[in-house]
Amino acid sequence: MVLSWLPIREDWDSRLLAAKSLATESLGAALRDLATSRMEVSQLSKLDRAFTRAVSASGSELAGLGSIRLAILGSATTSHLPAGIRVAGLRHGLAIEVYEAPYGMYWQELMDTSSGLYSFQPDVILLALDARHLAAAQDATSEAAIDLMRSCWRQARSSFSCQILQQTLLPVFPRLMGNNESRMTHSSATIVDQINQSLRTESETEGVDLLALDTFSAVEGIAAWHEPGIWHRSKHEVHPRATQLYGDQVARLIASARGRSAKCLVLDLDNTLWGGVIGDDGLEGIVLGQGNGIGEAFVDFQRYAKGLTDRGVILAVCSKNDEKNALDPFERHPEMVLKRDHIACFVANWNDKASNLRSIAKTLNIGIDSLVFADDNPVERALIRQELPLVRVPEMPEDPAAYISTISVAGYFEGLRVTDEDKVRSQLYQQNAERTRLMESATDMEGYLHSLRMEMSALSFDNIGLARITQLINKTNQFNLMTERLSEAEVAKRMQDPNFITLQVRLTDRFGDNGIIAILIAAIRGAEADIETWLMSCRVLGRRVEEACLNVMAERCREAGVQRLIGRFRPTEKNGMVRDLYSRLGFTLLAEDPDKNSSWLLDLSAFEPTSVPMKTNTLSGVTV
Amino acid sequence: MQQQEIYTRLTKIIRDVFDDESLVATPEMTAADVAEWDSVNHITLVVAIEEEFGIKFKTAELEKMKNVGQMVEGIERKLSA
Repeated sequence: MVLSWLPIREDWDSRLLAAKSLATESLGAALRDLATSRMEVSQLSKLDRAFTRAVSASGSELAGLGSIRLAILGSATTSHLPAGIRVAGLRHGLAIEVYEAPYGMYWQELMDTSSGLYSFQPDVILLALDARHLAAAQDATSEAAIDLMRSCWRQARSSFSCQILQQTLLPVFPRLMGNNESRMTHSSATIVDQINQSLRTESETEGVDLLALDTFSAVEGIAAWHEPGIWHRSKHEVHPRATQLYGDQVARLIASARGRSAKCLVLDLDNTLWGGVIGDDGLEGIVLGQGNGIGEAFVDFQRYAKGLTDRGVILAVCSKNDEKNALDPFERHPEMVLKRDHIACFVANWNDKASNLRSIAKTLNIGIDSLVFADDNPVERALIRQELPLVRVPEMPEDPAAYISTISVAGYFEGLRVTDEDKVRSQLYQQNAERTRLMESATDMEGYLHSLRMEMSALSFDNIGLARITQLINKTNQFNLMTERLSEAEVAKRMQDPNFITLQVRLTDRFGDNGIIAILIAAIRGAEADIETWLMSCRVLGRRVEEACLNVMAERCREAGVQRLIGRFRPTEKNGMVRDLYSRLGFTLLAEDPDKNSSWLLDLSAFEPTSVPMKTNTLSGVTV
Repeated sequence: MQQQEIYTRLTKIIRDVFDDESLVATPEMTAADVAEWDSVNHITLVVAIEEEFGIKFKTAELEKMKNVGQMVEGIERKLSA
């Protein structure tokens, strides 16, 4: 089973051999590169071993990889899943340590607090329950299966603050009636369909993320994923040859919950968004729509890209063209689905694409590892893979009719929830680009900030904002003081606890509503409050929002009788920009350890709110 | 395909799956001869062979394979079918 979006590296085996003698800092990157390639079963096995050895030798995290503890609780054989998951984790920038519960013991491990699962203390639990276990028995019902799964989820939730992944059921049963199987109520095949349908609503209610095995296995079909022979021999429901793809799906879900999904699709133009070369063929010569088979494929691809913006993915253009020519189709071609204002950052010049991608990431204020680069030209793809290994570069097929499926099955933008802000994100980035242009012509900073007519509201957390707040806590990497990730349940706890001060900060200005742009959580301990969480969107840097937030936090602290406000900083690879935030805000340094973790103090009895260029509304929200 | 080529390709797979560059596929070799050859790696070996040669074994065929020589015969039979 081929992971078609990954490139083939002809020298894979010799590169693995060479990697083994690298020092730790380069080893992680080299192994990650190898994981981002097509692999045969034996190569997967070799890489998994090399990776596992590297992880245990390096003691703590292998440079740049986040560590995750994943427990697989299965009802049948799970032995070949861990390797696929670990290597996929590596591909997604994670070092996943896997615990496998003993065969069939998912229930016992969850219910017995002295089990291996409890010693392991997972960050993620994967419930891999096979279809026969839940639907084969004579008296099986979908209600009973859902009840069973719900008990597992609730037990997992109350014992661990972990992400729960529930595998949907693989349709392994033969249809006894045929096309209209649903008319036979006690058919196992029908029960599986019913369970899978119920799981869509139940999982959302219970805060569980689905591993949609039923859906993603349908791409190549049940015969590719399941063979009765190996089920009978060794109780493998998922065939070992499919574990690379299974593993990638698991890794995507874990990465998504931790803010590591890609955020921006960067599109080439010629032969990517239309057939032909605009600079040579002109508006009449490019192939787009108009009843032509190839033209229609490009229109469909544009439609797909636009669809991504509806759920919060940003689009950018990176093309080797004169800007005027590149813009022409967007402005004048009747078949263009994508318009100029769907593109948050439009780069058309003759510079190398690696420099352009760096510049796009900088303009949009997102990490270079948030970009996906779609280009029909293998030479450009190879350049980016070499210069910017963290950019995700799908191997584009020769037939444009296959572009959509290649990018969609790659799952770069895996998402768990859509918020209202996601729907307008592309617009927000557009507006922000306008703000940047305005700023460039106004050298008087204070005058400029006032001209933005900013209004900030800082309220306590509420149920309406909960999903978006949780999303921000888990995806913000740069302006993030402690980078503490919290599950929605943990955020809700803080929302309801009177010993916590919570602030969700919204900002509007003359270009529009930026939505929630800062989150602060402080724990009150007597006369002291400790800021455990402070993060801010990079969209509003340089506007003195930090000072405005501090003003509000100080006021809330005083209302609660707090006299000393403590701030903490934990350095990561991405949050260098806030290293001296507390110093700039007038806190004094309390302590700093050799790893540069620091704590700071603000004496509130001496603190005066700073004058800031915005209106602030702090009407207390209702915490229901 | 010549038997020699099958042995050569099988040797590479065995080295990769069992993590031992000194291994050489010989007709008499069995699981008992290789430290890493447990039931989990055995399944990986079979799947790797099926992928490498583009073949699929039946349960009855797998149950008959008691050593590497019989595996090679099984591969040969599949390839000439």
